[in-house]
Amino acid sequence: MEVIFDYSVSGKSGYRLPQDPFPNMSFPELEAAGILRKELPRLPEVSEMDVVRHYTHLSTLNYGVDTGYYPLGSCTMKYNPKINEDVAAMPGFSGIHPLHVQEDSQGILSVLYELEKRLCQIFGFAAFTLQPAAGAQGEYTGLLIMKAYHRDQGNLHKDIILVPDSSHGTNPASVTCVGWQTVTVKSNAQGTVDLEDLRSKLSDRVAGIMLTNPNTLGVFETDILEIARLVHEIDGLVYWDGANGNAVMGYMKPAEYGFDICHLNLHKTFSTPHGGGGPGAGPVGVIEKLIPYLPAPRVVFNEGVFSLDQAYPLSVGRLHSFFGNVGILVRAYVYICTLGAEGLKEASENAVLLANYMKLRLSEHFDIATQGLCKHEFVISLKREKKEHGIKAIDVAKRLMDFGFHPPTIYFPLNIPEALMIETPETETLETIESFIEALIAIKTECIEHPEILHEAPHHKIIGRLDEVKAAKEPCLRYVLTPFL
Amino acid sequence: MVPSGLKFTEEHEWVRLEGDIATVGISEHAAEELGEIVYVDLPEQGRPIGQMEEFGTVESVKTLSSLYLPMGGEVLEVNKSLSGNPGLINESPYEEGWLIKIKVSDEKEYDDLLAYSEYQQYLEGL
Repeated sequence: MEVIFDYSVSGKSGYRLPQDPFPNMSFPELEAAGILRKELPRLPEVSEMDVVRHYTHLSTLNYGVDTGYYPLGSCTMKYNPKINEDVAAMPGFSGIHPLHVQEDSQGILSVLYELEKRLCQIFGFAAFTLQPAAGAQGEYTGLLIMKAYHRDQGNLHKDIILVPDSSHGTNPASVTCVGWQTVTVKSNAQGTVDLEDLRSKLSDRVAGIMLTNPNTLGVFETDILEIARLVHEIDGLVYWDGANGNAVMGYMKPAEYGFDICHLNLHKTFSTPHGGGGPGAGPVGVIEKLIPYLPAPRVVFNEGVFSLDQAYPLSVGRLHSFFGNVGILVRAYVYICTLGAEGLKEASENAVLLANYMKLRLSEHFDIATQGLCKHEFVISLKREKKEHGIKAIDVAKRLMDFGFHPPTIYFPLNIPEALMIETPETETLETIESFIEALIAIKTECIEHPEILHEAPHHKIIGRLDEVKAAKEPCLRYVLTPFL
Repeated sequence: MVPSGLKFTEEHEWVRLEGDIATVGISEHAAEELGEIVYVDLPEQGRPIGQMEEFGTVESVKTLSSLYLPMGGEVLEVNKSLSGNPGLINESPYEEGWLIKIKVSDEKEYDDLLAYSEYQQYLEGL
């Protein structure tokens, strides 16, 4: 595939500068310091149309929620409503500068204030910070708050965070980032936390537990009240990883189940764009006693005026420049206002209904990791297909691309062999879901009759199967320029 | 291949005990499940590590896995050829793909470990 440099022709240009654009400029200090460049920068010499066509073509190779179905487990790839974009693009939001005087920024401050209040209502926490830029940074923020709390309690010996073996990889990573250690808790046959194993790992050193509920197998941790009680008994805190919030939004208030801290992923549960579509946002909620540790500044409302309050001496500090990814926060607020309390509940209901429908249909053809009803996602294990037909999760994932679908999450959670983790956002139509189910069933037939098709998939994409081992071992991170003539 | 004289853990490590020196690696099953290994992180020489404590990680394209020490002791030697060629673990998990050698502190810990037949039985149940 060409890169922009491949179109470069010496002397070609897409602009015309004045003859001598900078006649009176000289930089004696820089010259004396020897840091002025001696030769021209190696920029591609291309026409404006070359640039437009090249990048427009590249954009058509991308796959996103606006181009197709995206059943990526634990990622909640829901449609990003265009009304969110319209509102975020309004000049009062898009044209404002974070250093603008507060008296003239009442609109945006009121949105941030109202969003925090809505999130408190939905999840039952006493306060939220909107600063963290993503779920992982939210986890880090939550753990910093936990650490600050324990320090104030004199619990300096606490340095262990418990994490179930089905957890997201970011959990142990965040624990390492705050200088603590992770101890893994095993899952039982139902895929939930094994209480016996949890009890054996509780000690005075345990600072808290991080729990995703419903967990990555799409199963609700029904022992949550007992888990919270056990952890609180040793003076630990209970953290809710809200990655799977889309299954319980409007139905479960984690704070009422004993959770002390949580993060949300607005780019999952609240329909804001993921990744390249825009930055994320990972607000962190806390119960009353942890409010003093939240990042500052916080938006407050006094005598009819919104303002920023910096007076939090115990705060863990800033996590982001200014107030976080504000454009994303506006989109999430629009989503909440558009759906309303009943609409949010209905979104959760539909996510769970669709997941169970898919699970039931696919259980006639594949082994599902858990029995009974699931929440918003479920996991297929291809252990049997691997044994009988030599087909692995990666083969099925690659073949799904030929059918025009983004593959589900694979090889996760780690406690399920050859895992295909499927989550369907509620924004999808039944017809789309049917065609995905049909594709998986067709692939299952191929798996028995023509396994070689799967081993070599994808067949209909711009490039075929990548050598992932070579990519990991010998990554080519830099385009090597051919010398300019 | 049936490896002789090795004992196993439920975390898929193996150990070969000769005197008070234990050689440690990961099982063929673990290597197969991980797929081709692209990176190994092993402890420095001389570090004391307890039984079933984490002593390093192996990374494949699929995942990053923790390594747990079957018997506690002090690290005597790490397999240097793995840094240039971690794929040795896949090619020869029980011989050239060994990970570390330990001077064990308590030989009785050997009795806690699974014999090959017990480990096979454990794998059946997974």
